[in-house]
Amino acid sequence: MTFDEQYYNIGRLDRLSYQNSLVHRLDPRAKLIATLLFLFTVISFSKYEVLALFPFFLFPALMMTIGEIPFLFILKKVLLVSPFAVFIGIFNPLLDPGQILVPPGFTMAAGWFSFFSILLKFVLTISAALLLIATTPFPTVCHALRSLGMPSLFVSQLLFLYRYIFVLVEEAMRMVRARDMRSFGAKGTGIKVFVRIIGTLFLRTLERAERIYSAMLSRGFQGDIPILKPTHIRAIDLVFVATTILFLVVFRFYSVTEGVGRLAQELFR
Amino acid sequence: MSHHIVEFKNVFYRYPDGTEALKDLSFRIIHGESVGIIGANGAGKSTLLMQMNGCLMPTTGTVTIGDLPLTRKTRQDIRRRVGLIFQNPDDQLFMPTVYDDVAFGPLNLGLDEACVRERVEKALSLVNGLELRDKPPHHLSGGQKSAVAIASVMAMDPDILAMDEPAASLDPKSRRSLISMLKTFKHSKIIASHDLDLILDVCQRCIVIREGTAAADGPSVEILSNKTLLEENNLELPLSLQRRQL
Repeated sequence: MTFDEQYYNIGRLDRLSYQNSLVHRLDPRAKLIATLLFLFTVISFSKYEVLALFPFFLFPALMMTIGEIPFLFILKKVLLVSPFAVFIGIFNPLLDPGQILVPPGFTMAAGWFSFFSILLKFVLTISAALLLIATTPFPTVCHALRSLGMPSLFVSQLLFLYRYIFVLVEEAMRMVRARDMRSFGAKGTGIKVFVRIIGTLFLRTLERAERIYSAMLSRGFQGDIPILKPTHIRAIDLVFVATTILFLVVFRFYSVTEGVGRLAQELFR
Repeated sequence: MSHHIVEFKNVFYRYPDGTEALKDLSFRIIHGESVGIIGANGAGKSTLLMQMNGCLMPTTGTVTIGDLPLTRKTRQDIRRRVGLIFQNPDDQLFMPTVYDDVAFGPLNLGLDEACVRERVEKALSLVNGLELRDKPPHHLSGGQKSAVAIASVMAMDPDILAMDEPAASLDPKSRRSLISMLKTFKHSKIIASHDLDLILDVCQRCIVIREGTAAADGPSVEILSNKTLLEENNLELPLSLQRRQL
């Protein structure tokens, strides 16, 4: 994939977050709390748990459909980072030879269970985090973090990261284009030139940082970034958080997959 | 309120790498004046502007804004009075949304929330940018960015405006609306630019900087029609004063 397309991809996640849907209109704090609770509930399962994880797909599925986020886009992003999870779990079947009984009478290596458990937890957590970002403009996520007690230094860092990642990437893109224009095929695209481009980019970034800092000082910056209070929590936000908690508790302590299976057996007997 | 005077007296400035950027620069700008600063690339225009609010401090000599001499102690006060607009709006707009950015200065002044909101709305409507308020700066066009950059400084209600190349990278229409906007501001204005037509339109007075010192100082109409002086400084007659043969 070329540089330009990658850049467009980052930008797309950002543009999605400025859409206007029911999910987008929820208070960022409510979404942040719900997502965090979701993450903690998912990773709280034991390492051999597989079946009980499936009902949790309801949360990302609902966020995605109601938030009008394209499924393929999120899927691609999840696949992009999936090698990390795969490599963490891939040797489990070999290293964990314990046997687990599978209902009709088979046994399987316990490692397979922990492997799939890792994969499921990974897909659930990453997609939930991606969906939070895709349905909530990043600055408001930062404000939510701040109002939930995250130290202002970290929040400022995040805000600057978001503000300047696009400027930085565009700068890099211009340099890469300039290189490609004068490198006629393979020459000039080697590692040596690449290293120099990175070096120049770093120097330019330093200079820019200095200019930004002067601009901040010129407007009375004295060490803390002041932030206006975000909007008020509405009833629908509370309903959203309450419903999420209710479902999380049910899914966590009651084996829904098994229940559904039993129900199906009853029906089709 | 004291008069909004800007005075440079025998200012020298040497960058840490040894470059002498300003050498014995002196001038005085009185209340309500608008002054263009022109000169070749590297003559010291931007360095001069950075001295106006203490982003850089003179190595020797004094800078006085209003009745305050510029020192490390008075820097914060002076920054309230001098609104400095940088050349690249991407450097100027560092907050994640337009609204937050324009609110940054007023919040740092310690104003209460209602007052901040009022200031932000006033400043944004001044540059016709009220509908941009919730956008992130990287979604704006160049003209919108520079309009917001001006709003972010106007929201602090400065006495003196200092601008570095305000019209660079603007399309002709945005440039024209910038010029008419600048004309409506009653502040003392100091504009460093290569856009000599803009200077001719906006500023009554003009200072030519050469190698860090004032080479000429006088009414814009006189200086900008002096072909030899301009050409000595890598400049040329403003396009509106050139006779074109087509």
